[in-house]
Amino acid sequence: MAEMAIRDALRDAIRERMLVDERVIVMGEDIGAYGGSYGVTRGLLEEFGPERIRDTPISELGFVGTGIGAAVGGLRPVVEIMTINFSFLAMDQIVNNASKIHYMFGGQVSVPLIIRMASGAGLSTGAQHSHSVEGWFAHIPGLKVVCPSNAADAKGLLRTAFEDGNPIIFIENTALYSLRGEVPDGDYHVPFGQARVAREGTDVTLIGYSGSVYQALGCADQLAEEDIQAEVIDLRTLRPLDTDAVVKSVKKTNHAVVIEHAWRFGGFGAEVAAQIQEHTFDDLDAPVARVAGVEVPMPYSFELEKAALPSESQVVEAVRAMF
Amino acid sequence: MTTNRHTEVDMAISDRSVAAVPKEELSALLHKMMLIRRFEQKAAEMYARGRIKGFLHLYTGQEATGVGIISRLRDDDYLYSHYREHGHALARGLEPRAVMAELFGKSTGASRGFGGSMHIFDKSRRFMGGYAIVSSHLPLACGTALACKQLGTDSVTAAIFGDGAVNEGSFHESLNLAAIWHLPVLFVCENNFYGMGTRVNRVTATPEIYKRAEVYGIRSERVDGMDVIAVRERADHALQAVRRGEGPAFIETITYRYRGHSMADPEFYREKSEVEHWRGLDPIDRFTDALLRANVSQGEIDEIQNRVESEIDDAARFAEESPFPPVESLTDHVYAPSPLDVRPPGGGR
Repeated sequence: MAEMAIRDALRDAIRERMLVDERVIVMGEDIGAYGGSYGVTRGLLEEFGPERIRDTPISELGFVGTGIGAAVGGLRPVVEIMTINFSFLAMDQIVNNASKIHYMFGGQVSVPLIIRMASGAGLSTGAQHSHSVEGWFAHIPGLKVVCPSNAADAKGLLRTAFEDGNPIIFIENTALYSLRGEVPDGDYHVPFGQARVAREGTDVTLIGYSGSVYQALGCADQLAEEDIQAEVIDLRTLRPLDTDAVVKSVKKTNHAVVIEHAWRFGGFGAEVAAQIQEHTFDDLDAPVARVAGVEVPMPYSFELEKAALPSESQVVEAVRAMF
Repeated sequence: MTTNRHTEVDMAISDRSVAAVPKEELSALLHKMMLIRRFEQKAAEMYARGRIKGFLHLYTGQEATGVGIISRLRDDDYLYSHYREHGHALARGLEPRAVMAELFGKSTGASRGFGGSMHIFDKSRRFMGGYAIVSSHLPLACGTALACKQLGTDSVTAAIFGDGAVNEGSFHESLNLAAIWHLPVLFVCENNFYGMGTRVNRVTATPEIYKRAEVYGIRSERVDGMDVIAVRERADHALQAVRRGEGPAFIETITYRYRGHSMADPEFYREKSEVEHWRGLDPIDRFTDALLRANVSQGEIDEIQNRVESEIDDAARFAEESPFPPVESLTDHVYAPSPLDVRPPGGGR
């Protein structure tokens, strides 16, 4: 076991793959000379050179599409989109090409491509740099959507992504890059579609992914003081979704709260809530609760931003209302 | 002698150029053009009879461009196309059967019936598909070219698109990427003067499209796209340069589509006389004339035409008799196989 930050765990997974597979290249804005906006690719240019660590123009549609074509042509590209906010510029390539090429051409070719991007709010970056739209990608058949919350998962999930033959949307959290955690040694993988029980409990299931896992854990501590034992589930991947793990937990606790930083209306949490009621209706002692972002573009001013994001106290309130 | 008012080039195919092409190749060029012409007629007929649904965009009139360019590609080159791609698929050597069956939505189609008219694909011929979002295949072409370069091959990737593509961001982003990374891409703009029903000069600053590539430092030229020999020759020239590692090249072909944008187009936006003008410059008629001057006999030309008739009849019969994909195959190949997956994607249980 080694303790490391999420950014270093991600870099480890990329680097070790580049060492064994010449076809792996990394493309993105300021990933080379600058070292990556969040430092994930630092040092890779020096080690692997500019042919394999390619600084791109600010041209998201162009270089994401180039990554797709390169994957079809036999490379194993990792494309970094600096933040999820800029992925909107590449949405045509991701939705119309990456997700559909395998299917609409009758399965003749696949797109083994990893598209990494940083997501999330809470750092006072304002309306255009604070999106949490993981659910948009999870809506698209043909994509797989990965949202690690800790260093061990980041490395294990990225290793799995390299061995998948499909376009992977790998979403990291801007606020968590420096978070340190134990990472197992050796060749371990975290499979897609396998959620993690981050804390065991018997009375209520709190479901989150990425940043919201930590809010769930914080709430679980508070609730324990009130003698409510919360189980926390970290989804790890949104698509495929580990419905079994969620259902198993809710059948045990009979209560569920879904927590997400994205907007509530039409959000991914609504999908999770729907799955829960479809599969555990008779086991539920209360309606499934959702705690999510307020329906506003993200304001800059600090207290307003805080108010726009889901809080631990909202989760605690939601749970209390169930008992 | 006719002068094309758009290109101001000599509109008779030069006999000297024809003489420079081996005879079997001349026959092959004529065969492909006639095949495409007849295929599209049959497709229109089958559309009217309800065998083909959705959008159908015919290539009629533009045959010399696709055939001229594609005839100079090697088997290990890649080709990307747009949604008016039946002609490109046939020029690339896809069987008329596979293309027609795809239009019919049959499991024997090039894309097993999952793609349709706008999404024909054949991995074995490196025909990398038709794409229906204008210009969205240009970045893909850059990517495949990057892969070829990085993997140490000298394969070239060709991308064919229309004049409607050149105001999309993806067009400019692709030209820029191809130029800065010296990618082996041949960009081919089929300028048929209309993006759907909007004339190119109404919506395009610098309607001399080839000039747009020049500002990216890409070698670029305009060619008479109704002259298969001229297109073939310029394609050859450009491809050689790209293959030598000189970076991307760009060809704008001046051409014209006789039919509407799609089968639903009432063609309010152009005069019949304009269509007639261009029909007078028909690429197949002009080429046939040049062949006769080059001592190819009328009998040989008739023989090619007869062969085409039977090939297209056969393709239509094959498409008609082929089965539809079974409904059970609906969710096949949404995802490529992944050994590490533990459950089906999409939250299924």
